[in-house]
Amino acid sequence: MIRKAVILLLATAIAAGTGTLAAQTLYSGLRGPTPLNDEGPAPPMTPMRNTAEREARNYPEQPPVIPHSIDGYQIDLQSNKCLSCHARSRTAESQAPMVSITHFMDRDGQFLAAVSPRRFFCTECHVPQSVANPPVSNDFVDIDTMLSRATPGGRR
Amino acid sequence: MSELESPPEKKRPGLFRRAWSFLLELWGVLIRPSSVFALGVLVLAGFVAGIIFWGGFNTALEVTNTEKFCTSCHEMRDNVFAELKSTIHFSNRSGVRASCPDCHVPHNWTDKIARKMQASQEVWGKLFGYINTREKFLDKRFELALHEWARFKANDSLECRNCHSAQSMDITKQSPRAAVAHERFLFTGEKTCIDCHKGIAHHLPDMRGIPGWQ
Repeated sequence: MIRKAVILLLATAIAAGTGTLAAQTLYSGLRGPTPLNDEGPAPPMTPMRNTAEREARNYPEQPPVIPHSIDGYQIDLQSNKCLSCHARSRTAESQAPMVSITHFMDRDGQFLAAVSPRRFFCTECHVPQSVANPPVSNDFVDIDTMLSRATPGGRR
Repeated sequence: MSELESPPEKKRPGLFRRAWSFLLELWGVLIRPSSVFALGVLVLAGFVAGIIFWGGFNTALEVTNTEKFCTSCHEMRDNVFAELKSTIHFSNRSGVRASCPDCHVPHNWTDKIARKMQASQEVWGKLFGYINTREKFLDKRFELALHEWARFKANDSLECRNCHSAQSMDITKQSPRAAVAHERFLFTGEKTCIDCHKGIAHHLPDMRGIPGWQ
C-alpha cells in the first residue's frame, strides 16, 4: 500500500517537474530563448579572417594562429598544402614564416631533416580565425600584463 | 553441315573474292561521270549531305563534351566528379561553375579535335577497365595528374584563363597574400596558374618530388 502511494507520488512529482521545465522559458545568452530540449537555428557562418598579418601569441607556447583562409587545403598522406609555402625550402619564394625547428624533432628529441611525421598535420594545433563576435568575452590576461602590475596576483 | 558436305554444282566464290569484285564494281561506278543525274543535282546533294554530316559530327562531338556524358561512367562519377563537388569550382556563392570539359577539353577547335583523338585511348582504357576500381584509380592518379599538369603547363593554363583573365583580375579585391603572389608571379609571366594551383578541383596524388611541394 505504502509502496503504491510512493510510486504515485513519484509519478506526480516527475510529471509536475517536466511540466514546469517545459513551460519555463529560459533565456541564455548563448542559446537564446530556445528550450533546452530543442535545437535552435544555426547561427550564420562567418568568414575567416584573411589579413595575412601575423597575430601576437598570448603566451610563448601558443601555436600561432593562421591569419588567412585555408579553404580547400589538402593535408593528408599524399600532400600538405601548408608546407608548399611554410616549408624551409619554400619560404624564400613564398615569404611565409618557416615551420618552427621544433617541428623537426621526433619524440626522442632528435632533429630530423624535415618536418617530423608527428607534426605533419598542421591544423591539429594551428587554426584559422573566424571574424565572429564571441558571445562570451575572454578575460585572459597574459604574463606580461600580469608582471607589469604593481601587486602581482592582486586586483584583476 | 550436309550442305557443306555435298559438293555444290557451281563453285561459289569466297567471301573475300566477292567483296573484292564488289569494290571493283563500285570503283568503276565512282570514276565514271554520271549519266543519270545533272551536275547541279550532284553538287546540291553533296552540299546537303555535307551539312548533315558535319552537323551530325559536331552534335556528336558536343554530346561527348558534356558533364552528363563524362559522369555517365562510374570511373568519373565516383572518383573525380565526387571530389569536385566540395570545391569552389562546383559550389560557390554566385552559382557560376565549371563543368568537366571547361577545364579538360580545349575550346579552340583544332586543339579540341587533337584532345578528342587522344581521348580514344581513354575509350580503350574504359573498355579494358584500367581504372574500374577505386584502388586502380588511386594507383593511376599520379600518372593521370601528370598528364593534365603537363597539358596546362604547355598551353599556359589556357583552360583556366578562359574564365580567369589576368587583365580582368582586380588584385585590390584579393586577399593581401593572393595579391602579392599574383603580382610577383602571374603578372610577370614567371609562373602560370597550374604551377601554384594544383589540386584545386580534385584530390592530389602523392606530391613528393613535385616542384613546390614537400
